[in-house]
Amino acid sequence: MSHISIQDVHKVFESGGQEVHALKAINLEIPQGQFVCLLGPSGCGKSTLLNAVAGFSLPSTGVITVEGAVITEPGPDRGMVFQEYALFPWMTVEQNVAFGLQIKGVDKAAIEAKVAELLAMLNLTDFRKRFPKDLSGGMRQRVAIARVLALDSPIMLMDEPFGALDALTRRNLQDELLRIWTELRKTILFVTHSIEEALYLADRTVVMTYRPGTVKCDIPVDLPRPRDVASPAFNALKKDLSQLLMEEQSRHNQAEFRGAAVD
Amino acid sequence: MKRYRHAASGVLVPLAAIGFWQLLSSMGWVNATILPSPMAVLVKWWAYLRPLEVFDPAQGSYLTWCFSGELIHDAMGSLYRVLMGFAIGAGLALPLGLTMGYSKVAYALFNPLVQVLRPIPPIAYIPLSILWFGLGNPPAVFLISIGAFFPVLMNTVTGVQTVDSIYLRVGRNLGASQLTQFTRIILPAATPYIFTGARIGMGTAFIVVIVSEMIAVNNGLGYRILEAREYLWSDKIIAGMFTIGLLGLGIDTLMSRLSSHLLKWHRGLEQG
Repeated sequence: MSHISIQDVHKVFESGGQEVHALKAINLEIPQGQFVCLLGPSGCGKSTLLNAVAGFSLPSTGVITVEGAVITEPGPDRGMVFQEYALFPWMTVEQNVAFGLQIKGVDKAAIEAKVAELLAMLNLTDFRKRFPKDLSGGMRQRVAIARVLALDSPIMLMDEPFGALDALTRRNLQDELLRIWTELRKTILFVTHSIEEALYLADRTVVMTYRPGTVKCDIPVDLPRPRDVASPAFNALKKDLSQLLMEEQSRHNQAEFRGAAVD
Repeated sequence: MKRYRHAASGVLVPLAAIGFWQLLSSMGWVNATILPSPMAVLVKWWAYLRPLEVFDPAQGSYLTWCFSGELIHDAMGSLYRVLMGFAIGAGLALPLGLTMGYSKVAYALFNPLVQVLRPIPPIAYIPLSILWFGLGNPPAVFLISIGAFFPVLMNTVTGVQTVDSIYLRVGRNLGASQLTQFTRIILPAATPYIFTGARIGMGTAFIVVIVSEMIAVNNGLGYRILEAREYLWSDKIIAGMFTIGLLGLGIDTLMSRLSSHLLKWHRGLEQG
């Protein structure tokens, strides 16, 4: 049985008096432990789909199930990492990481042990007493990842988590995420608009079309890890994906010129 | 070096102003009853500050004697009223503000009344306060609490209403209950606003205390400067005014220290 099952999901919402078909007939089966990237131009509904899996905004029709149970609300079994980090600025690094465990009602000693373990895993130990404002973007995103890992959720949802980072920090965190994923074998659903990021990280890349958001193609990425972004195989895949994405991008551009794009 | 020069330039204008003032007096350009010299004000201030009686161990400790001066007594009286009024006003405004900010229903119910009452200056409540509470501390505390109430209320409402929705999404994602969302996310996120409101409220309370003492109380700094006018003691009036200013500055500095200590996480955040 697949871990996450997305069955005939449609999402329609109203924006500026217009009906927008954000998602149309999405069907995806994601097995346990798979690293899936959702790739597409802005406005293709990839974040909408992620939010539907997270339970923040449920599908208009169709169902999403996790381990067979239909999703009706957000929950700690699907930890989410946001592009804007969304750390609580009034909590220190360790308080941010501990928060989810406190909510669960885990006892104090166990929280301390778990937090220490996660901070060590993400090289944050020296920063544990700092407030988010005193951290760089990369550091903040490490904390956000640690906060989600603390939940021990089988699924991690990531919404362009490295989009705001510079190239070097981004690669660094990508490697770190792969290391963590290899160790903990979580199912990851990762939204990005970067082809290279998708090919570097994912077992499988799902390309989405510009509005209405549908699955344009579902491509397995079989390259061995660690992946070499300069290898011919990597670049051949990259070229194929670029072609597919350009088609959607131009549809997005045309819509924008018509003044129909609602983002 | 640069820091000292900065500090030095800060006292330049006040010194010049005092010098000019002294010059006006020394040259006899203004009547001393209208505007006494800075020196005369300082002398009066000292007389106002120091104990009235000679020290007598039988009457009490040395420390008690030190603080037995009229000025200390007045300042303590004013401060007591400010703190009482502020505690009552802010104490009522905080829970109401949190409720109004959090619940749309509560907001719809209370906001019209709040908007009608808010523009009424606390001073306008003076006749009613005397009618209701007579003279002395009760009407003063009542007026001050009204002065402190609205700034704290309005800022608390705004603080709660403007909590960034992403924090609430994270809270739901982490499985937080409504209560946890409120106590661990909404409340701390709103504290910078609440502190701003408290600081404004404290400032208003300080204005109102002086006015209320001029009308309803027979001690305190506001009472004392009005009393001094009746004897044409302009030096005492000015000494009293400076005391009021210093006390106000002291309270505001204390509030701002307290808030920057409690909001360490927030310092510099508003700049990005």
